[in-house]
Amino acid sequence: MLQGPVIVLTSFAYLGLLFAIAYYADRRADAGRSIIASPYIYSLSLAVYATAWTFYGSVGRAAVNGVGFLPIYIGPTLVIALWWIVMRKILRISKQNRITSLADFIASRYGKSALLGGVVTVIAVIGILPYISLQLKAISNSFTIVLQYPEIIMPAKLGAVPLLQDTALWVALILAAFTIVFGTRHLDAAEHHEGMVAAIAFESLVKLFAFLAVGIWVSFVLYNGFGDIFTRASTDPQLKPLLAPLEGVAGSYSSWVWLTILSMLAIMFLPRQFQVTVIENKDEKHLNKAIWLFPLYMLAINVFVLPIAFGGRLHFPGGNVDADTFVLTLPMVEKQEVLALIVFIGGLSAATGMVIVETIALSTMVCNDLIMPALLRIRALGLTMRPDLSGLLLGIRRGAIVLILLLGYMYFRLAGEAYALVSIGLISFAAVAQFAPCVLGGIFWKGGTRRGALAGLLAGFAVWSYTLLLPALARSGWLPSDLLEHGPFGIELLKPLALFGVAGLDQTTHAMIWSMIANIGAYVGVSLMAAPGAEEHRQASLFVDVFSQPDEAGGARFWRGTASAPDLHDVLARFVGTASADEIFREYARPRGVRWPQEPLEADAALVHYVEMHLAGAIGASSARVMIASVVKEEVLTLDEVREVLDEASQVVVYSRQLEEKSRELEAASAELRAANERLKELDRLKDDFISTVTHELRTPLTSIRAFSEILRDDPKLALAEREKFVGIICKETERLTRLINQVLDLAKLESGTAEWHDTRIDMRELVSEVVTAMSQVFHDKAVRVELRAPDGVPAVYADADRLKQVLLNLLSNAVKFCEAGRGRVEVSVSGEAGRVRIDVRDNGPGISAADQAVIFEKFRQVGDTLTEKPQGTGLGLHICRQIVERHGGTLWVESRVGEGACFSFTLPVAPSQRAAAAARVA
Amino acid sequence: MIPPGTKGPRLAALCLLGVLLFNYPVLAVFNVAGTLFGVPILYAYFFLAWAALIALMALVVESRD
Repeated sequence: MLQGPVIVLTSFAYLGLLFAIAYYADRRADAGRSIIASPYIYSLSLAVYATAWTFYGSVGRAAVNGVGFLPIYIGPTLVIALWWIVMRKILRISKQNRITSLADFIASRYGKSALLGGVVTVIAVIGILPYISLQLKAISNSFTIVLQYPEIIMPAKLGAVPLLQDTALWVALILAAFTIVFGTRHLDAAEHHEGMVAAIAFESLVKLFAFLAVGIWVSFVLYNGFGDIFTRASTDPQLKPLLAPLEGVAGSYSSWVWLTILSMLAIMFLPRQFQVTVIENKDEKHLNKAIWLFPLYMLAINVFVLPIAFGGRLHFPGGNVDADTFVLTLPMVEKQEVLALIVFIGGLSAATGMVIVETIALSTMVCNDLIMPALLRIRALGLTMRPDLSGLLLGIRRGAIVLILLLGYMYFRLAGEAYALVSIGLISFAAVAQFAPCVLGGIFWKGGTRRGALAGLLAGFAVWSYTLLLPALARSGWLPSDLLEHGPFGIELLKPLALFGVAGLDQTTHAMIWSMIANIGAYVGVSLMAAPGAEEHRQASLFVDVFSQPDEAGGARFWRGTASAPDLHDVLARFVGTASADEIFREYARPRGVRWPQEPLEADAALVHYVEMHLAGAIGASSARVMIASVVKEEVLTLDEVREVLDEASQVVVYSRQLEEKSRELEAASAELRAANERLKELDRLKDDFISTVTHELRTPLTSIRAFSEILRDDPKLALAEREKFVGIICKETERLTRLINQVLDLAKLESGTAEWHDTRIDMRELVSEVVTAMSQVFHDKAVRVELRAPDGVPAVYADADRLKQVLLNLLSNAVKFCEAGRGRVEVSVSGEAGRVRIDVRDNGPGISAADQAVIFEKFRQVGDTLTEKPQGTGLGLHICRQIVERHGGTLWVESRVGEGACFSFTLPVAPSQRAAAAARVA
Repeated sequence: MIPPGTKGPRLAALCLLGVLLFNYPVLAVFNVAGTLFGVPILYAYFFLAWAALIALMALVVESRD
């Protein structure tokens, strides 16, 4: 099954399937029903991070130093937790500014500088070449090995092959052709490649499936589970050092840290990762799920790396099989042809996925940020006047793809053989890490300038070239090896692998430390030395303050000049085609209520900015700038003017915040006023009620006094007995009137808080017995028995003695009043309970119904029907009692059932100094 | 600078936790002889801690507030 033709046919069938998926996805996108608008597809497309490096190289690395492959995946897991803060910002910026690539992002941030975009592009292309060569090496090696089946022969042993028989060259050319059909079939104004994303997501599934298949087979079929593999490895003297304790991890703890940092940066700044994470993102919300799904994918694809690595070394003890090929050679040596084919396809998918996205991203950069800005500036070509440039754009991109892959192949021929897969990849990681300072600095620090970014990039790149690229070429024999051993011109201090005498670090760590020092130092230093220009200043504020920008048109307020709408339409149509330009203009006109093209559009700052943004989406920010400048007459804003606009904007923000604050305060104040007003109205109503009730209550005794006085005046012949009786009534009613008026005054004082209180320490037993004694005549008159129960040791209270007497008198006289003469019995008891003194007054009268209990403490409420029965009190007594008790911090309540008498109780807090003692006694 | 909501700070805290878990000296604590179900302790630790970290991140991201 593993014959040449079968393998070639399967490979092409696989590529064909990819193309079909991409074609279908593009069709769906054109129809407006995107299949990639899902967080799951988005997460899978991020997994383009796992390349042939992961698929073949991780096992190779693990077989040499145990966990050394892991920081490459743990770093991204850690940094992705920060994406909520960092990547959301980059996404928002990119969407608002229609960024088309990493180079475009950096150029745009630093004043749409074409020079900076070009430098970034060159660094990216050179830096990524080793990485692309790694994929070519992996594909051609795996192909060569499979072809030797059933023999296991390493490609290196086959000797040098002539150029035209080199599989890697053919792989490069086929991939170039494939990528061209794939990524540059047409020009998309927004640089979205939906088909590509769908295909990449599919490839991620294929490579995961293939790797898990071989992992499960090795772990559970070839061996009896993880434990079996590690137990056997521990008996092998060669493998023993790889089982813990390791000497450091990944060589040493310091290389571990630097590899982690390196991969943290790579996951964000590799051009293909930027492409799938930022440019191809359909919805900011997809990031949420990706934050944990993508790390989960990396975890899954790494679980079987160690078992395969140890299994492979146990299986090929001689060391004549390259550990990078274990994934493939293990199934082959066990004659598992189907599995071997699956692995081959898995590796192919891992490598092609990377190559496709990487070359598309790089070709966009080369076209938009390197070649177009240069061509547009050469006036002799007259490109700014050409009617249709979309063909030229596509041509440049296609050429760039072929060129990049051929350069990758060249690197493979030059330096590919000397290194393992992972070491090749790390060189590229270190190159893209150079973008970190100017991107991260650019989105959080307004002070970063174009010159600073340029200096940082160039310095970092120079150190990278010297410490990583140069040694790679020297090791492959293309440069004298003297250079590595003794330094250039014999200067030991400048040895590329031990710069300034710093030795003992591994190559990547060494390069990262020096390049980051150079890069960050130059970026910050140069930025601080010279002030930014107007354009830089404005872009800096658009980027750093992206979350407070009003909308996409935020940049329009910086533009001043004159333009004509037809000119703008023309320039847009040249790059995106007339139909798209028409659509873009219609979209602009619709919300403004203009029926374009019947009615003319006003070519104001908003329109110019709008067209520039759309143009930037097709050809990058710096080229768009040049094109727009060619058709409009622009007044260049000075730095001061830009600052003014920015200040104005920030002033407006400050004012509006203050305004919001003020209006919130006003609202709160008016709510308070409303509440106060309600309370006043309620009090007013209560006062009215009170006055009308009081006058009513006053009128009752007055009426009877007046009636009896008139009888006495008008009827002189009245008998003496009658006369005495009437005078008696008048006296009683007068007394009642006096009592009522006294109580009303009393209540008024209590309620207004002007009553005077003379608080002293009071022994409640004494006070109660005093009152009972004072009332004894009343009890005697009505033949009501009174019992006082006051045990020793009741604590004292702190209160106004006269007021408490008033309460007790009131309760006792009520009790007497409602008791049946002769059979009545009143029980008064004083007791102490947890920090309080309790007084109960119990009678055996008719009792109080539940409905009455609820109201008897209110003003002028009496039990019984006041219409038919003569009222027996003023209706204020209990209300006043409750006021007094509550003033002392106690409560007054009643318990009663009809026919079973009533019990009025109140409690008062114990006087402070005695509270502790009382509590102890109760306990 | 940090967008509103509690997810940002929580995720940043998880990042710091990860930095702690996968670094010296915590790694050195687990870099010892011995096995867990036949797997060397350091290797087992890596994958278990990694999985736990991902689970926490999922928990934070998918929470409602």
